[in-house]
Amino acid sequence: MHPRSPESPPLDELTALSRQIRGRVVEMSHAARTPHLGSALSCVDVLVAAYWGALRIDPAHPLDPGRDRFVLSKGHAATALYATLAYRGFFDPRLLERFNCDGGPLAEHPSLQCVPGVEAATGSLGHGLPLALGMALAQRIRGPKFRCFVLMSDGECEEGTVWEAALFAAAQRLDSVLALVDYNKWQATGRSNEIMALRPLAEKWRAFGWSAHELDGHDLGALQSLLAAVPDGSGKPVALIAHTVKGKGISFMEDDNNWHYRIPTADEVAAARRELGLAACGFAQGR
Amino acid sequence: MRNAFAAAVTELAAADPRVVVLSGDIGNRLFDAFREKFPDRFYNCGVAEANMTGMAAGLALCGLRPFTYTITPFGTTRVLEQIRVDVCYHNVPVTIVGTGSGLSYASLGPTHHSCEDVAFLRCLPNMTVLCPADAAEVRAAVAAVLAIPGPAYIRLGKKGEPAVHKEKPCFEIGKGIIVRPGRDVCLLGLGTMVATAAETAALLEGRGVSAQVVSMHTVKPLDEDLLRECFGRFALVAVVEEHGRIGGLGAAVAQWLVAQDPYPPARLLSFGTPDAFLHESGSQRYARKCVGLTPDAIAAEVLRARGRQGKSL
Repeated sequence: MHPRSPESPPLDELTALSRQIRGRVVEMSHAARTPHLGSALSCVDVLVAAYWGALRIDPAHPLDPGRDRFVLSKGHAATALYATLAYRGFFDPRLLERFNCDGGPLAEHPSLQCVPGVEAATGSLGHGLPLALGMALAQRIRGPKFRCFVLMSDGECEEGTVWEAALFAAAQRLDSVLALVDYNKWQATGRSNEIMALRPLAEKWRAFGWSAHELDGHDLGALQSLLAAVPDGSGKPVALIAHTVKGKGISFMEDDNNWHYRIPTADEVAAARRELGLAACGFAQGR
Repeated sequence: MRNAFAAAVTELAAADPRVVVLSGDIGNRLFDAFREKFPDRFYNCGVAEANMTGMAAGLALCGLRPFTYTITPFGTTRVLEQIRVDVCYHNVPVTIVGTGSGLSYASLGPTHHSCEDVAFLRCLPNMTVLCPADAAEVRAAVAAVLAIPGPAYIRLGKKGEPAVHKEKPCFEIGKGIIVRPGRDVCLLGLGTMVATAAETAALLEGRGVSAQVVSMHTVKPLDEDLLRECFGRFALVAVVEEHGRIGGLGAAVAQWLVAQDPYPPARLLSFGTPDAFLHESGSQRYARKCVGLTPDAIAAEVLRARGRQGKSL
């Protein structure tokens, strides 16, 4: 058996899913008193485009050897991954209410298979791409064929392992690998382009032998088309530089790096959910 | 030992299609046979050991059995983060193989010495730590790790080490091997030092002291049954390792010992490298002499300790 390519839902459905996940992520941050809300919000659209529009996966068979692999290398955006997996059908969304609870499976950074669909334990940056290259080598050596998507943060691109992996993937022409950079221009304590010379990021990936594309990381249609088209025919591994806004979707959080660590109050949760066009409390409705 | 590793992994790969070798740009010609037979299962990962180790974990997550191979400090302490998170936290069957351990590459200087690797790796959850004594134990260790479900570390010397075993040893992870029986003292040798312990035993015999020699090839999990027996039978037990006394086999045995109730009457001696870098140039033979890891020095210290304990022992 091999998971089939998904038939992507229409754009308005993807947009509704993005709003629902954003609303849930804000609630989880508030309820569990956990940081990294801005980082989670900036990658929700990438996750929705991947999980509903590109990845060959079957939530009923989460360990199918032929499934596409998705590694959330920026593990601090775990709330976005958990909500995505729950709504995609990997586990009961009611479990999200137990995020970060004592003895629960959903920690602030994901551990391997803590819930179905979590392909790697992450949290320490710079690990996801090497792991994905190993997975890509495995499918090359033994099959069945699948693709490996890795979602990294821009700050994460400061880790040396990212560039070790970039050199190896290009040498081996691992074209089933997709490196997605959630380029929201912030890291924990400042502007990512001021702290380290990341710019020009797409050119760096090209110089390392990758097929690099840039796009608006909140354009669900464009994301879906590019993600579904991996490998892209170049024979090279693919880098997708997704220009994003940290805190995207909530006006008073957008591009404000205080939301790397700040935890929303009850009033802020309500205001955020109003902006997203959602009911005041999603938890109560179990969705 | 490294030739034995290459031969063993090549032989095992023929029977086990999961075996993959990742090399950190060393082993020139060493893996020629492997590459010829299994070109799709050998990767030179370049001078990028962290990526190599992470990739090994990714391969293992997909059901393969990767071995990473490079000079010990670069495949262990340099990439401790990757071993801890990618290999041990994921609890996947990656085998890290370090060549040139201890003072094997003494002449290359402290960047290439490795007297801390066992200490760092044995404190990682899920990790099995193996230090084979000779080529025969290397072959057995490589086969043994394929049968365990989690991470392992195999610590090699370089090449041309003396054979400790005349016949194929009965090798089981977590079970030390008695190489030479004795009555008076017990020498627990680790890896490259088992042969030195055997030479020490021969010297002691000439002085009327009968020494048992054990290859404690598994540092983790520690062979507690064998330790109980040794500390019950002998008045003096000495650990001999080409590794720092901080955190190595000697420290592991000492930690086990102090937790015993009742406390065994035997005395523990620890022979290893000091808490210092070796700044002088010189061969492995010279370096071992500098740090007291020669049969003469060890035998003399054992005799002094016995003298302090009294002739009755």
